[in-house]
Amino acid sequence: MARLMGLTGNEAIAYAVKQCNVDVVAAYPITPQTIMVEVISEYVHNGEINAEFICVESEHSAMSACVGASLTGARVFTATASQGLALMHEMLYIASGLRCPIVMGVANRALSAPINIHGDHSDMMGSRDCGWIQIYAENAQEAYDWIIQAFKIAEDPRVLLPVSVNIDGFILSHSMEGVSVLDDEDVLSFLPPRKPVITVDPDKPITVGALCLPDYYFEIKFQQIQALKEAYNVIREVNREYEKLTGRRYDFVDSYAMDDADAAIVCLGSTAGTAKAVARWLRSEGKKVGVVKPWVYRPFPEEELIKALGDVKALAVLDKACSFGAPFNALCSDIIATLYRYGKDIKVFNCLYGLGGRDITPNDLKAIFNDALEIAKTGIVKEYMKFIGVRE
Amino acid sequence: MLTEVRWHGRGGQGIVTVSRLLAYAALLDGKYAQAFPEFGPERRGAPVTGYTRISDEPIVIHSQIYNPHVVVVVDPTLIGNIDVARGLIPGGLIVAHSERSPEEVKKSLGITNAKVYTVNAMRIALDILGRPIYNTAMLGALLKAIPLVSMDSMTKVILERFPGAVGEKNVAVIKRAYEEAVGV
Repeated sequence: MARLMGLTGNEAIAYAVKQCNVDVVAAYPITPQTIMVEVISEYVHNGEINAEFICVESEHSAMSACVGASLTGARVFTATASQGLALMHEMLYIASGLRCPIVMGVANRALSAPINIHGDHSDMMGSRDCGWIQIYAENAQEAYDWIIQAFKIAEDPRVLLPVSVNIDGFILSHSMEGVSVLDDEDVLSFLPPRKPVITVDPDKPITVGALCLPDYYFEIKFQQIQALKEAYNVIREVNREYEKLTGRRYDFVDSYAMDDADAAIVCLGSTAGTAKAVARWLRSEGKKVGVVKPWVYRPFPEEELIKALGDVKALAVLDKACSFGAPFNALCSDIIATLYRYGKDIKVFNCLYGLGGRDITPNDLKAIFNDALEIAKTGIVKEYMKFIGVRE
Repeated sequence: MLTEVRWHGRGGQGIVTVSRLLAYAALLDGKYAQAFPEFGPERRGAPVTGYTRISDEPIVIHSQIYNPHVVVVVDPTLIGNIDVARGLIPGGLIVAHSERSPEEVKKSLGITNAKVYTVNAMRIALDILGRPIYNTAMLGALLKAIPLVSMDSMTKVILERFPGAVGEKNVAVIKRAYEEAVGV
């Protein structure tokens, strides 16, 4: 029997981690993620989970400890944000390169300088190419659901890759919402204890992370590319199995009101929710707009996106992190590359928004929808890059 | 029907707590709810805000609240010092902690197009709790002014959040504030 709890995004992730029976958590607190590891450390202290909580001196050490623990066959979780993720950067590649199925909660936050504790996607986008599966949740329920699915995806022998589950700092990490949580037994039946393929074991020594020169390095990287492709199938399987258990349908892409849409917003995370509310109002005025939200950002779900976009004529792609000096920001570049590959002539413009936690309001989104509708009508993109709510 | 509530208080007065207690009660009523603090660092004693959204339908919006339907002023010293009525929708509601009558508070705020309720939350807190902790009293006054959640659910939430005598006393605080709050 599922029950309803009032949980913040941080608490929802911590609760899911508890139900997933993790063996090791190594983490360092950082705003706005702190509460996530605080709550988990309480669970450990109170004996509610039989896990080792390793207090480390930095995020670099946190991920190092996670890698070591994961190699022994343990189920491992960590969490971070912002500077913490940046400090982990080196170790993120080691986690994916050594095929450690670690799950990490990230409460997305801006990067210094200037120092800022509020939400944007600069942290995860800064580590975009680290070989991790990357998921963005829209609300606390999605954060809870994705954590449980993330362990199953990560630990599948066909995948063996780390997964990050991202929630918008403060907007989700600190907002309490109703979350339908599963019974512990249901989580256990969905996610049995990890069955590692190869483990480090003092009785049967093996070498992990050996030097790999030009004769083999590329093949190892190619295997990671293949594993991310394989993850594609596994994610789909896990989503369907989770749907059977919960009735909640997850996929690579969440689309709203796209059936006959002329124009749409594509964005990640909580902004998609506000965009859906605005799309609903505009629909009541007869404006054909919709919203497409990639749940899974890596591997990038090209086929599902093309399907979701249907016959839309114009797209506003919203990025909450700046790719300085690039033609477009990260999500928009991926969308344009996907449209090119599928030979789709959809007009696209990029909106950079929300840096350092600047709120994107329903009015901002309404204006973006209206701009996209105008482009759908005329076929002319006047501005390829817009900066939402910035004082110039 | 979506109702947006803004809470005003000072760091340390339990503004996040009341914003969440109200949301918990709404969830118990079978409604949808969100509660969130003013984002950023907290400083004890500094003016702070908290927010609660309640709706009969799932709440997908995650932007800040700019035009609340209801404002609750938990700290009596804020009136006159900060614009507690900013962004309040026309015909909205202000529930204020004050010794003064709602007419006087309405006049001092200089607003016409809003209902105002007041309650002497400090008096109730001192009488029942013996301590100047008056955030829960404002929940009682709020429910008098607008029945956003049922008293049953509110009571259950309080007893769960504060087990034992503290919970019982806070329920008494809420019920007395409900009786004493007056509006205009």
